[in-house]
Amino acid sequence: MIKGYLGIDIGSISTKGVVIDNKNNILASEYLWTEGDPMGAVKRLLKVLEKQLKGKDVKIVSVGTTGSARKLIGVMTNASVVKNEITAHAIGTTTLHPDVNTIFEIGGQDSKIIIIENGFVVDYAMNTLCAAGTGSFLSSQAHRLGVPVEEFGKIALTSQHPTNIAARCTVFAESDLVHKAQIGHKKEDIIAGLCKAVVTNYINNIGKGKKIKAPIVFQGGVSKNVGVKKAFEDAVGCEVLVDPNGHLMGAFGVAVLARKSGIEKSFSFDVADMEFKTTGFECPKCANHCEIICVFKDNELIDSWGNKCDNGAVKINRRNNG
Amino acid sequence: MNNEIVACFPQWANYSHAFKYLFEHGFDVKYMTPPPITKRTLELGSKNSPDYVCAPFKYCLGCYIEALQNGANCLMQIFGACRLNYYGELSEQILRDMGYNFHFFNMANIKWTSPRSIMENLRVVNPEVSLVKVVKALPTTLRIIKVIDKFDNYIRHNVGFEVKEGEMESVYKEFSDKLDNLKNGRELSKLAKTYYKKIKQVQLNKPAKTYKVGMVGDYYTVQEPFSNYFMEKELAKMGMEVYRDMNLTNTLVHNQWKKRKKTAKKYAKYSMGATANFTVAETLMYARAGMDGIIQVKSFGCTPEIDAMPVLQNISRDYKIPVLHFSFDSQTSETGVKTRLEAFYDMVVARQK
Repeated sequence: MIKGYLGIDIGSISTKGVVIDNKNNILASEYLWTEGDPMGAVKRLLKVLEKQLKGKDVKIVSVGTTGSARKLIGVMTNASVVKNEITAHAIGTTTLHPDVNTIFEIGGQDSKIIIIENGFVVDYAMNTLCAAGTGSFLSSQAHRLGVPVEEFGKIALTSQHPTNIAARCTVFAESDLVHKAQIGHKKEDIIAGLCKAVVTNYINNIGKGKKIKAPIVFQGGVSKNVGVKKAFEDAVGCEVLVDPNGHLMGAFGVAVLARKSGIEKSFSFDVADMEFKTTGFECPKCANHCEIICVFKDNELIDSWGNKCDNGAVKINRRNNG
Repeated sequence: MNNEIVACFPQWANYSHAFKYLFEHGFDVKYMTPPPITKRTLELGSKNSPDYVCAPFKYCLGCYIEALQNGANCLMQIFGACRLNYYGELSEQILRDMGYNFHFFNMANIKWTSPRSIMENLRVVNPEVSLVKVVKALPTTLRIIKVIDKFDNYIRHNVGFEVKEGEMESVYKEFSDKLDNLKNGRELSKLAKTYYKKIKQVQLNKPAKTYKVGMVGDYYTVQEPFSNYFMEKELAKMGMEVYRDMNLTNTLVHNQWKKRKKTAKKYAKYSMGATANFTVAETLMYARAGMDGIIQVKSFGCTPEIDAMPVLQNISRDYKIPVLHFSFDSQTSETGVKTRLEAFYDMVVARQK
């Protein structure tokens, strides 16, 4: 029997899962859409992973979760590690590329830059207020132009003269794009311009003041877009690496963390068939109106959070299921 | 309006005890401790504020409205080196347009060189105010501020290492209840002594090497815990020692402005407005003291603090100290803040290894 470590990264747009062995080899992996239902997505994810592992005699001994729904899924899967996505991405990337100095990461709803020195994170930034220059912006623009987002990069590469598109803000970019299309710019030029706009926005916003040094690894869903990759290379003037597993890096990182934690907790793929439910209610005890989330497993309350003070604490008869 | 004057200053850290003393013993009026800030306060404030004004204005306005609803009839605002000078006037007008009836003591209106102007403005609070009484109450007021800051500093440095969680908070609560009914300066000395001893007796489990983080940022956001999502508490919970020098002691009781400006000189030659020079100087102080990280919090759109950001990045590079920036408006996802703080902690710990 091989010991397996499962890492799950539940982002706003996509859900990623990776199973590794104790030498960090990927045994199974899957990437699918979250569709606004993190619990459902994880159930689907687990089913796929289970199928991939069939006949390999792998036993999952530890689970790690990351991404914006990490806490919820951590409770659901009885995870031993629940880590923020910044650390998870850094760990994943430095495991595969120990010499990396800069990580560009563009996901569905957020983008981050992580600066690494000697294998340790020394600085990072994450976009705060605006979704300009993220995957969801690109996919909505692709939709507007009638181009599948998967083709976006390839089309961009055919352009000779990328159109200049205002990159400051999604709203401006969009109206600029419409305008440029109406006055007759070619579609591939506009697409290449969009890729450039994403990069300009990235470098000017979260890359501002950061020491961008090669080797650079570019990851996250948008890294699959060769147009954006090329725009990055033009902007920083050196090669930008895209790992074939770049879109799985968060899940991979947290799987590594789960392995390193040494904590082993029972896990079974049966979780996918159990019924999980969450209910939210507003605590009426003061004007803070905390939104309290309760998680139920087969109609039994297993965890709750969201209260700012003890008044809102929900009493749980926590069973020792660890 | 009935005759009894009820004064209220917007919620601001733990300073209401000091204001209470000043208004009850100096101005001879009743003082209402502002209701604690909740989501409702912020909603009320944002709803009635211009959209692009900074978050502190929204907090204050929300506080005014709640205070008026609770029976206060004399509000006030301080002055400062940024848009703050205009905030008193603006909030007064907004509240009047909403139909409230009240006195407004706007300190930005005072010409400090003219005794007549000072008296005129003090009379807004209480027409029968006695300057002698106000001046007499001042030293104790300032001492209360110093005591509060001393306590807060001690808690900030140690609360993350409590053996029994919440012990310090309960001691502090007892202390603040007593502070609220303070009669004179002599009582203050006794009270401070007793409770300082008590709070020092709280058992700590502090390792030899702790991670230290310095908080800098705009005047209100860095000081009022609600407006920075209780970041200090969050950091302490992770087991960090939190340092913050932006407080009333350092800006009013012993104004450090000249000193800070001098400290910041290497990075900021000129006065940058509001608290920017403080932010730069404090960051530099923390970096030189060998702290493990700096967090800058600011309200969204605070220009002086935005100006300070590139300077902070230079310091970060020169001293190899990570600096994390947070920008808050009335709506910011708590999860986003937590994610960044967790990553910050991981980074600080990893750097030490």
